[in-house]
Amino acid sequence: MAKEAMANKVLMIDYQKCTGCRLCELICSVKHEGVSNPSRSRIKIMKWESEGLYVPMSCQQCQDAPCVAVCPVKALTRDETLGRIVVDYDVCIGCRACVAVCPFGAMGFDHIDRKVIKCDLCDGDPQCVRFCEVGALEYVEAERVSVLKQRDAAQRFSSAQKTAAAIQAEM
Amino acid sequence: MALNRKIAYIDLSKGKIETRPIPLEVRKLYLGGRGLDAYLLYNHTEPNIDPLGPDNVLLVSAGILGATLASATSRTHIMAKSPLTGFLGSANMGGFFAPELRWAGFDHLVIKGRAERPVYLWIHNGEIEIRDASHLWGKSTTETQWAIRKELGDEDIKSAVIGVAGENLVRFANVMTGIKDAAGRTGMGAVMGSKNLKAIAVRGTMDIKIAHPVEALEYNKKFITQITSAKVSQTQGRLGTPFIWGATNPWGGVRTRNFQYNQHLYADDIEAERLDEIATETIGPYHMAGCFGCQVHCRAQYRIPSGPYAGVYDEGPEYTAQGAFGGEPECRSAITVLTGNHLSNQYGLDLLEAGSLISWAMELYEEGILTSKDTDGLDLRFGNDEALIEMIHRIANRKGWLGDALAEGGLRAAEKIGKDSIKYLIHVKGMSNLHSDERATPALALGIATASRGSDHLRSRPAIDLYHLPEEVLRKVYSNPISYSGPLSSDHREYLGKPWQVFWQETCYMGVDCLGICKYHTTFLGATLPNFEDWSRVLYLNTGLEMSPTDIWTVAERACNIERLYNIREGLTREHDWLVDRYFDEPCRRGAPDVIGAKIDREKFKKMIDEYYEHHGWDENGVPRPETLKRLGIDKEPSHLL
Repeated sequence: MAKEAMANKVLMIDYQKCTGCRLCELICSVKHEGVSNPSRSRIKIMKWESEGLYVPMSCQQCQDAPCVAVCPVKALTRDETLGRIVVDYDVCIGCRACVAVCPFGAMGFDHIDRKVIKCDLCDGDPQCVRFCEVGALEYVEAERVSVLKQRDAAQRFSSAQKTAAAIQAEM
Repeated sequence: MALNRKIAYIDLSKGKIETRPIPLEVRKLYLGGRGLDAYLLYNHTEPNIDPLGPDNVLLVSAGILGATLASATSRTHIMAKSPLTGFLGSANMGGFFAPELRWAGFDHLVIKGRAERPVYLWIHNGEIEIRDASHLWGKSTTETQWAIRKELGDEDIKSAVIGVAGENLVRFANVMTGIKDAAGRTGMGAVMGSKNLKAIAVRGTMDIKIAHPVEALEYNKKFITQITSAKVSQTQGRLGTPFIWGATNPWGGVRTRNFQYNQHLYADDIEAERLDEIATETIGPYHMAGCFGCQVHCRAQYRIPSGPYAGVYDEGPEYTAQGAFGGEPECRSAITVLTGNHLSNQYGLDLLEAGSLISWAMELYEEGILTSKDTDGLDLRFGNDEALIEMIHRIANRKGWLGDALAEGGLRAAEKIGKDSIKYLIHVKGMSNLHSDERATPALALGIATASRGSDHLRSRPAIDLYHLPEEVLRKVYSNPISYSGPLSSDHREYLGKPWQVFWQETCYMGVDCLGICKYHTTFLGATLPNFEDWSRVLYLNTGLEMSPTDIWTVAERACNIERLYNIREGLTREHDWLVDRYFDEPCRRGAPDVIGAKIDREKFKKMIDEYYEHHGWDENGVPRPETLKRLGIDKEPSHLL
C-alpha cells in the first residue's frame, strides 16, 4: 500500500454494529502481550447492558494530540507514515500525564508491565479490525469516514421520509 | 498460563475458604468445566443427601479453554445434586462470567454448607471474600447485578445470581448472568438459594498466557471463517434460535396444548420474522448481541412493544420461549412470549420448565382434574395469555395452592394434585421436555430419554438427523475420531444406527462442556462446524497441552461415565431412561406426511436403548461394565484427587 494512503487511514468505529462480544479486547491483548487479559487491551468496549448499548473505545490518533502536548519528555510523537501517535519507551518516564489528559481514556496504563499503552494500529494492519466479523471496526481513509456517515444518515433520512409519506397517504 | 487457574473450596457454614492448584494429571483426566465438575460432585457429596440441604455441593466452573482464542469460550457450568430430579443437576450458560472468573484466577469453585444469613461471594484477582447480601435479598436478577457493581464501585464486575425464584426454592429456579444468560435447567438456582447464596461476583485482571499466540490468533481466524460461512450460523446470527421454529412448526415438531398436537396453527405472531420485526422496531437494525468472543451473535435485543410491560428492555426470546409461552399453552401473541421471557429472566426461573408445567396444568384444567377452586379462580384454559403470565408470577412467588405446587416441579406437583394428573405430565426423570415433539424422530427421542440431567435436548441431540444428509456425510461426521462401521441412516424416522449418533453427540457435547465452548460452535445445528480434531489443535495452541482428538474423546467418555455412576448411586435404573406413555400411544395429529401418524415403537425403542448402552460399554441395566470403568481409569471412585 502506498505510504500516503496508510498515513491517511483511521480506525472507524460504528458502535451500532458492535455485538459486545469483546473479541477485539482478547485479540489486542494476545497480539501485543501474548496473553488473554482485556485490562491490557488497547481497545475496550464500554457497555450499558441494561439498554443493550455497546461502544468500542480506542485511540483516535488526534491531529493535535493532548497526550503529545502534555508529555514532559517528548516520548510521544506523531508517526506520519502511519498517521498514529507512538510511544518511545526508551524515553518514557511513566508519569502518566498522557493518561490523565486523554479526553477519550484511550491512553491506558498496563498494571503488569507498569507502562502506558495505546493503540499502535498494529503497524498498519489493525488486528481488531481483521477479527471484527460484523464490521463495527474498520480501517479506512480519513475522508471516507464522513462520506460513509453521510450515506448512512441520508439513508435514515430517506426512509424517514418514506414512512412520513406512507402515514400521510393513510390519513 | 491457561493451566494455572485454581480451584477454591468455600464452606459457607464455617466461612472457610481454601484455594489449591489443579494438578496437570487431573486436567488430563477431565480437562475442566462440566467434566471436572462431575468428578467433584461424585467425590464431594455423600449418597442420598437432601439437594436443598447444606450437604449438597454447588460447583461453578469455566472450561479449560475459557477466555482463550479457541472461539466462543464463554461458557460457565454449574452443577449440584438437582432438587428437581434428585439426580445429576447441571446447567450451562454463556455471557461473560466464566472468562472473568478465569481472569480473576479461578476455574472451579466448590461451594459447601449454608450461610446463616444471605451472602454473596466477591472473587477478585486470586482473592475470595464472603460478603453480606441481606440488602440484595428480594431483588431481581438484574437489580442484584447492578447493585453489586455499585457497591463495589466497578462496572466491569460480572455476577452469577439468583432471583426471587431461587430465594423461594422453586425447584427449577436458575442461575443467571447479564440480562438473559441462564444456567437454566435442573434447579441450580434453588441450590444457591438453599445455601443463602445470592450471588457470585467476579472481576479479574490477571494474565492468561497463551502458549502459542501467533498461531492461536490465526487458528481463531480460521474458526471464524468456518463458523460464519455455515448457513446455519448466518441464520442464527440474524434471527437467533427462533429461526428453528420456522422449520419445526410447519413440519409438525412442536408440542401444542401440552401434548395434544404437534403443531401450533395460530403462530403467525410468534414466528422468528415477527420477533425480528419487533426487535428492529424497538432497538434498530443492529439488534443482535454476542457472548464473549463469538461471531454467531444469536442473542436478540428487544423492548416489549405494548402491554403492561411496554418499553421494558430484555434479550431473547429463544426458541425455547416460543414453545414454552407460545406452542405448549397455545398462546398466540408475541407480547406474551416476550413478557414471559422477561419475567422468567427477572425471577430467575427456568422458563422451559415453567411453560411446560403451566401447559400441563392447563390440560388438567381442561380435563377437570384441576378446577377453578384449585386455581383460585384463574381461568386456566389453553390460549389464555393472562392466565399464563399470572402463573409465572405465582410459581416464582409460590403464591396460591397451585403456584406453590407447580414450584415443586412436575412429579411432586402430580402427587399433590393426584387423580390421573401424572398421565398428562411430559417429562423424563422428573424434568420437563422441551416443546419439541420427538415422536417422528426416534433418534431425538432416544436423546431425551437417556440424557444424564433428565429430559434434555442439549446433552446428546443429533439435530442434524433432520437434515437428511447423505449417508457418506453422516459417516464422515460419526466415524471421527473413533471408527464406526455399523449402520447409519439418512431417514429421521429410522431406528437403525441412531443409538450411535446419540452416543457420539453425547460425547461431543461433553467435550465442548469440558472445554468451555458454546455448542453452536460444534456439530450441533451444523454438520460442518468444528469438533475433536480442531479442539486438539486449539487446546495445544492456547494452553500447550498436547492431547489427540482421541484423547479428548476419552476424557468426554470418562466424564459421561462419572455422571452415570453418580446417577446410579442416587438410584437411577434403566426404567428412568424412558419416555412417558403418550410418546408410544398417541400418534401425531398434524404436520407433514412423514410426521402425521408417527409415534414411538416400544419394542424398537427398547432395542435402541440396549444398543445405546452397548456403545457406552454399559450392561443391559445401564450400569457401566467393570471393564469400561477400568479402561477409563475410574474403577476406584471416589478417588479424591481434588
